[in-house]
Amino acid sequence: MTEATQPAIVADGLRKTFPGVCAVDALSFDVRAGEIFGLVGPDGAGKTTTLRMLAGILPPDGGSASIAGIDVVRDPERAKHSLSYMPQRFGLYEELSVDENIRFYADLFGVKRSDRETRSAELLRAAGMSEFRRRFAGKLSGGMKQKLGLICALIHRPKVVLLDEPTTGVDPVSRRDFWRILYELLAEGVAILTSTAYLDEAERCHRVALLHQGRLLFCDTPDNLKSKMRKGVVTIVSSDPRNVRDELRGEEGISSLVLHGDGLRAVVDDGPRRVAAFETRLRQAGAPFDAIQQVAPTIEDLFVDAVEAQGAAHE
Amino acid sequence: MNDNGSSVVVEELVKRFGDFTAVDHINLSVRKGEIFGFLGPNGAGKSTTIRMLCGLLRPTSGRALVAGFDVAREPEAVRQNIGYMSQKFSLYNDLKVIENIRLFAGLYSVERAELAGRIDWALEMSHLKGQENLLTGTLPGGWKQRLALGCAVLHRPPIVFLDEPTSGVDPISRRQFWELIHQMAEQGVTVFVTTHYMEEAEYCNRLALIFRGRIVALGTPTELKQKSMKGELLLVECAPLGAALEALQSAPGVLDAAVFGNALHLVVQNADETERQLVGYLGQRGITLNRAERIRPSLEDVFVSLTTERRVAQENAA
Amino acid sequence: MSVRRLWVMARKEVVQILRDPRSLAIVIVMPAILVILFGYGVSLDLKGLPVYVYDQDGSQQSQDLLKRFQSSEYFHVARVVNNYRELTRALDDGSAKMGIVIPWNFSEKLAEGGPIQIQALVDATDDNSANVLMGYTQGVVQEYSAEVQAEFLRQRGIAMQTAPIGVETRTWYNEDLESSAFIIPGVLALVMSVIGAFLTSLTIAREWERGTMEQLISTPVSASEIMFGKLVPYFVLGMGDTIVSALIAIYWFKVPFRGSFLTLLASSAMFLVVVLAMGFFISVLAKGQFAASQIALLTTFLPAFLLSGFLFSIDQMPTVLQWITHIVPARYYVSVLKRIFLKGTPTAVLYGDLVPLAIFAVLLAVLATRSFHKRLA
Repeated sequence: MTEATQPAIVADGLRKTFPGVCAVDALSFDVRAGEIFGLVGPDGAGKTTTLRMLAGILPPDGGSASIAGIDVVRDPERAKHSLSYMPQRFGLYEELSVDENIRFYADLFGVKRSDRETRSAELLRAAGMSEFRRRFAGKLSGGMKQKLGLICALIHRPKVVLLDEPTTGVDPVSRRDFWRILYELLAEGVAILTSTAYLDEAERCHRVALLHQGRLLFCDTPDNLKSKMRKGVVTIVSSDPRNVRDELRGEEGISSLVLHGDGLRAVVDDGPRRVAAFETRLRQAGAPFDAIQQVAPTIEDLFVDAVEAQGAAHE
Repeated sequence: MNDNGSSVVVEELVKRFGDFTAVDHINLSVRKGEIFGFLGPNGAGKSTTIRMLCGLLRPTSGRALVAGFDVAREPEAVRQNIGYMSQKFSLYNDLKVIENIRLFAGLYSVERAELAGRIDWALEMSHLKGQENLLTGTLPGGWKQRLALGCAVLHRPPIVFLDEPTSGVDPISRRQFWELIHQMAEQGVTVFVTTHYMEEAEYCNRLALIFRGRIVALGTPTELKQKSMKGELLLVECAPLGAALEALQSAPGVLDAAVFGNALHLVVQNADETERQLVGYLGQRGITLNRAERIRPSLEDVFVSLTTERRVAQENAA
Repeated sequence: MSVRRLWVMARKEVVQILRDPRSLAIVIVMPAILVILFGYGVSLDLKGLPVYVYDQDGSQQSQDLLKRFQSSEYFHVARVVNNYRELTRALDDGSAKMGIVIPWNFSEKLAEGGPIQIQALVDATDDNSANVLMGYTQGVVQEYSAEVQAEFLRQRGIAMQTAPIGVETRTWYNEDLESSAFIIPGVLALVMSVIGAFLTSLTIAREWERGTMEQLISTPVSASEIMFGKLVPYFVLGMGDTIVSALIAIYWFKVPFRGSFLTLLASSAMFLVVVLAMGFFISVLAKGQFAASQIALLTTFLPAFLLSGFLFSIDQMPTVLQWITHIVPARYYVSVLKRIFLKGTPTAVLYGDLVPLAIFAVLLAVLATRSFHKRLA
């Protein structure tokens, strides 16, 4: 495979242990140019450790990784020219203004002045921050700080962008601005690897790798993953959800049954079959309900299913 | 507790820090046994509000009654009637599980007669029976959260305040945690939860969406999705995506367009009408339409539609 | 190393310092405060020490002796009492640092040719002053004693000088025995320890705490560019502060300056390298601000204060501590400073101190460079 067609990010059997815990275990995946790839999993799953290894600031205990074709483990300093890393507690200088922060990172990467000015104007506009150039970074709202962090990471047009939980806790509007900037980058052929603990955010990515305790559970597009899921999800709208829940508790084929929204949400082994079964049961019991239907599972359902299956396999 | 059954009543509550207004005239009331969610991004004022309701922070103006006691005038009485689980983990990592439980039992003055029973209950609900002697710091995140919840309610308070109780916790533990909350609510405990995770809000009976210190919407999750959302949501799959986004952002009847993975989410005035016009509109611009489907808005969609105009106005004023 | 990137790092550092009120306060205000504090606040001089006298004799001779005490600038005869109790009470409550008792048969014995003892009771809670007092007292008494002797001999027809051997003392280097001149040059070492080690370790630890350092090490900027970009501004500031402190010492406190200004700059530069390297090394070890500041104070400021000879003379210290001072870089710097200011020692003679200082500078610089890696673990 020539450098041009090689994936922009390659992780091959990456392993990292800390005293007492194996943070990342034989992790392999790749990310292509023009793709947003999500590394998804709860705290402690190994996302930050993986990103740090790919960014060349944490040497792995085993395996290899490459960025834009350059071996990150053997030659990290060279790889750093092609990548941009935005850590969870990212690097803004609070005493410097928006412009000064951007200029600092641009100069660090040797971006020419004219380039920097065009590029930062573009990015600031996409972020809705054009009027805030002179404001001190310390005085920005949380969402704007995040967007500024992203702008600083992108100012030198990297080929690979690594983001560690960039939108956690950020207000939804800023999050949309953030994702809009990311999507626009794809046209330039950038490869984006972003991590998140929120499984629903995984839906925004082109492909997703689900991590749990350092291991890869799945790696595929969200749609494929959902269609592969063996279980079905059924929602029941009811004015007395607790009653309904008590009635359905004894039913077969239910892996989980929770109060949710304006009724209940059940994960079952066979969607159509159980929908019919529930309807019958509830009618017989006279429990009130407005609708029972099968719905598409979310990534979170997938995750829970996979972890439970793994747990069952180990027993 | 008030006669009308409200455990928590908040009237025109304000908190200012210097010239920064963290909480800006909040009004709400929570009924007994209700699970009430306070939803908003970081910095919106959720933690500040909860701290005022727990009697930990004095309001600048306004009034709040918790379990019938005024938080500004009788904070001690308030504290005796509530359980509070703070955002930062509040147990001692270098104590054993059982030591933490005993500590909180002592702090909340749990009656001697009840002590053994409550300790037992706390261990059960956090699945730590038989593991009392583990150091709390060695437990995984989800377990710690459950234990912290147990410790916060050892004294059976009628009202419980939980500040971002499941941040960072894995989905399985989160579901189990919410099961616990539902069980408590069924026993008549009022639960007041804050979170910035929109999807978690679906577990609540009623919600208040808070942004920049103000409540922008109040109601059940369904109500919010139906009434507060301006427009309807359409999912559109087409190629090429980038060009489609540009074209559709300025299309008639389209209020907002955003990329979502491999598709677009359009906020439109009338979904059916737009669906019909879509093929033609896109076709004229050389874009192929693969799929268009009306979808239910998520709480995030609601939040965005409520806060976009407000945000722009506020930031220009700043 | 890319000069441009180095410049970028240094420029950012300067802007940060200028906009951070705490750093500014330390850089600008603190040196002045230290110099003034030690210049005025500390005085090791002993002058006009209060003395109470119990003259049991009351004769012409005892009065003569007392006059000697009175005319010395070290003593001040505060009170003449006529009983022991008042004397001892004065010593107890501190009104007197010394009590002198002249016995009832003083003049009688003198007329016979002696010997006669006078009693001096000295408050030795501060044994430094006590020793000095006793020395001065001996001096006064012996001078008088010699005169009495000469007079005695003269009356019997033998002519002699008052004291056959005289000691003419001239205090070199610090004519007025002003202790401020003795102390202030060493203050420069303190100033540099604070700026070089304390401040530097803080700013780096802060970058780790905030997360900006994690981001920096993921960029192509090299470890040495990060290090020098941070330290060069503090070097410039440190030299500036040294010069300002020296000027305050010379023009305000009138501390004499007799040596080579160039040597002052060179030795200051070397010491600055030492403390900067230490500050950097400390911040690498202790990634938190609190830990870094504690370690910096313990390992640089405190030794500079206690063990460098700045305030407490090294040769008065117990032998073990004297050995230890050999590994305190401040010791060499303070020695150079005192000799430049007060003695005007030619540079060639200073090599005994300059060479160890240079060695420390090189060693610590290498240590600091080696310790910093662009890695998290």
